Amino acid sequence: MNSHQQLLISRDKLLTMLRKMIEIRMFEERVEKLYREGRIQGPTHLYIGQEGVAVGVVEALEKDDVVISTYRGHGHGIARGVPMKAVLGEILGKSVGTCKGLGGSMHAPISAEHNIPLATAIVGSGLPIAVGVALGFKYRESRNVAVTFFGDGAVNTGAFHEALNLAAAWKLPVLFVCENNLYAMTTPIKSVFAGESIAGRAACYGMPAYTALGSDVLEVYETTLKALEKIRAGGGPAFIECRTYRFKGHGAYDLGTGYRPKVEIEEWLKRDPIKSLAEKMKSAGLLRDEEWKMIEDDVSKQLEAIVNEVLNSPVYGYEELASLVYSNPV
Amino acid sequence: MADRELTYVEALNEGLREEMRRDDSVIVFGEEVAASGGVYKVTKDLLKEFGPKRVLDTPISEIAIVGAAIGAALNGLRPVAELMFFDFAGIAFDQIVTHASKMRFMSGGQVKLPLVVRTQYSLGRAYGSQHTQFLAASFMQAPGLKIVAPSTPKDAKGLIKSSIRDDDPVLFIESGALYVNRTYYGYKGPVPEEEYLIPIGKAEVKRSGDDISIVAVSRVVSEAMAAAEQLSAYGIKAEVVDLRTIMPMDYQTVLESVKRTNRLIVAEDSVKTCGVSAEVASHVCEYGFDYLEAPIIRLNSPPMPAPQSAELERRYMVTSDKIVEAARRLVV
Repeated sequence: MNSHQQLLISRDKLLTMLRKMIEIRMFEERVEKLYREGRIQGPTHLYIGQEGVAVGVVEALEKDDVVISTYRGHGHGIARGVPMKAVLGEILGKSVGTCKGLGGSMHAPISAEHNIPLATAIVGSGLPIAVGVALGFKYRESRNVAVTFFGDGAVNTGAFHEALNLAAAWKLPVLFVCENNLYAMTTPIKSVFAGESIAGRAACYGMPAYTALGSDVLEVYETTLKALEKIRAGGGPAFIECRTYRFKGHGAYDLGTGYRPKVEIEEWLKRDPIKSLAEKMKSAGLLRDEEWKMIEDDVSKQLEAIVNEVLNSPVYGYEELASLVYSNPV
Repeated sequence: MADRELTYVEALNEGLREEMRRDDSVIVFGEEVAASGGVYKVTKDLLKEFGPKRVLDTPISEIAIVGAAIGAALNGLRPVAELMFFDFAGIAFDQIVTHASKMRFMSGGQVKLPLVVRTQYSLGRAYGSQHTQFLAASFMQAPGLKIVAPSTPKDAKGLIKSSIRDDDPVLFIESGALYVNRTYYGYKGPVPEEEYLIPIGKAEVKRSGDDISIVAVSRVVSEAMAAAEQLSAYGIKAEVVDLRTIMPMDYQTVLESVKRTNRLIVAEDSVKTCGVSAEVASHVCEYGFDYLEAPIIRLNSPPMPAPQSAELERRYMVTSDKIVEAARRLVV
């Protein structure tokens, strides 16, 4: 048995996952630096630490599946192939941004071309919209799936319950992906959550509910494939709770310390999704240290070019804004 | 071709049916809309004709109803979602205001949302504080949304058809009083047999006159038409302007009318504070001040919740008598 078979996933696919996670990590580190330099205005939520979730889920999707993202969505966009330049442009409020700079960081992954029509800044509100996207798929008898990401904070909203119930009642092709990073802003989920677990709550709606370790991209990937297979077979929605951790604060203003125990932070830092995959690949003989380094150098070079280009680019014309309010102006 | 008469409810039903026949991307869902045909029968027999794939009963989940409409619209359908009472739109305020109205703009124009949220308010039917309110003004702070409120069967049909074909989210407000009150001008009326549309964003002069403009919308157009008739007995020729679309508002038709009559009453079912009438009156003050020969009078519900008692509700809401009294004060 060679080492490829040990991982059961092609080396190309593994390298793609590794590269994307590194892109997200280095992109977000650069965003954090720009934020600290005062180059970014407005709320900016970093994805650092959660890369395994976005990449593991998105790599299991088909091109025409639709993703509904959130305000912590830079990673979802990059994982889906939205160019880093457009995501950064959006975060910096420039016309080269995905949304011409009108959305900002919280809507930066929106890209119709990449089937991300929404990244919502309202916790929980994306779930019922994903249900509607799935209604469209079912109506057209398509095999595609609507995937919606949301955090642990969303599971206590009314929208969460209405969406899960309707998706299950109408047997719609929705994959609900909860990124449980254990804190809603600074509030520990365990202090405001009733019941055993988030996945357990979802299971009450009669849908398969899985758990996966978000820092293990391969576990997320395989769990997503399993869930998607059931959904595409017409079984209705499925749910995955990914246990994960943000290595940084809630927003870039927050260092993430103070309200989270030091030992907990240290524990999770040991479960770095990038290192974890790289180590697995190395021990399977599928990655050499210099290859890892080459990816990092390549991403770093790409980012430097993008940052300069975006910083020197213009904002969208104020006079043009009014024409974007309606599709059919009266 | 001679027009036949249809009720407001029948005209809405016919408009929905025609659009569903015309375009298979039009689907209808909401509480009670399918099997029972709607509490007020606006969606009667749509299930029979179009089947359960296109006409769906939902659970009592207003957030999910509007959310699902948004998602379906993003994915190539033209959903018509129903909220049984306008008051219930409060539950879905986030989806209507913070999502539907803003998603096109904040995506830099990448997405469009061809959806209709149909609802009705029941002022005039003694439904009490939580089932009667005309909340249009609350949604006027959501540019990106279109707000339509027809006052007659002909407008109801023509506007629901235009709303379904429109690529923007439309909040389509019906009047529960016009569903049931046979004495109203807007309860029943001529509706062309042949295909027609009423454009969104265009007010209509429902009755011409030179002495005073009465701008109204929805149920109150019926009160204004009755008032204009009574006023003619006093030798006062009142012009009734029906806004039909509340947003974007047809200010031009209002200003042209005031330019002719030099007097203005704005009568509609909002609570007076910051109601639809406030927008009309302030616009005329700002852009048509020189046309006015008398102060504007606004007729609304007072700033309190609606009382349930039918007798008290009658005093609370705008009636033709109140319009007549105000017009006689203005035209001396």
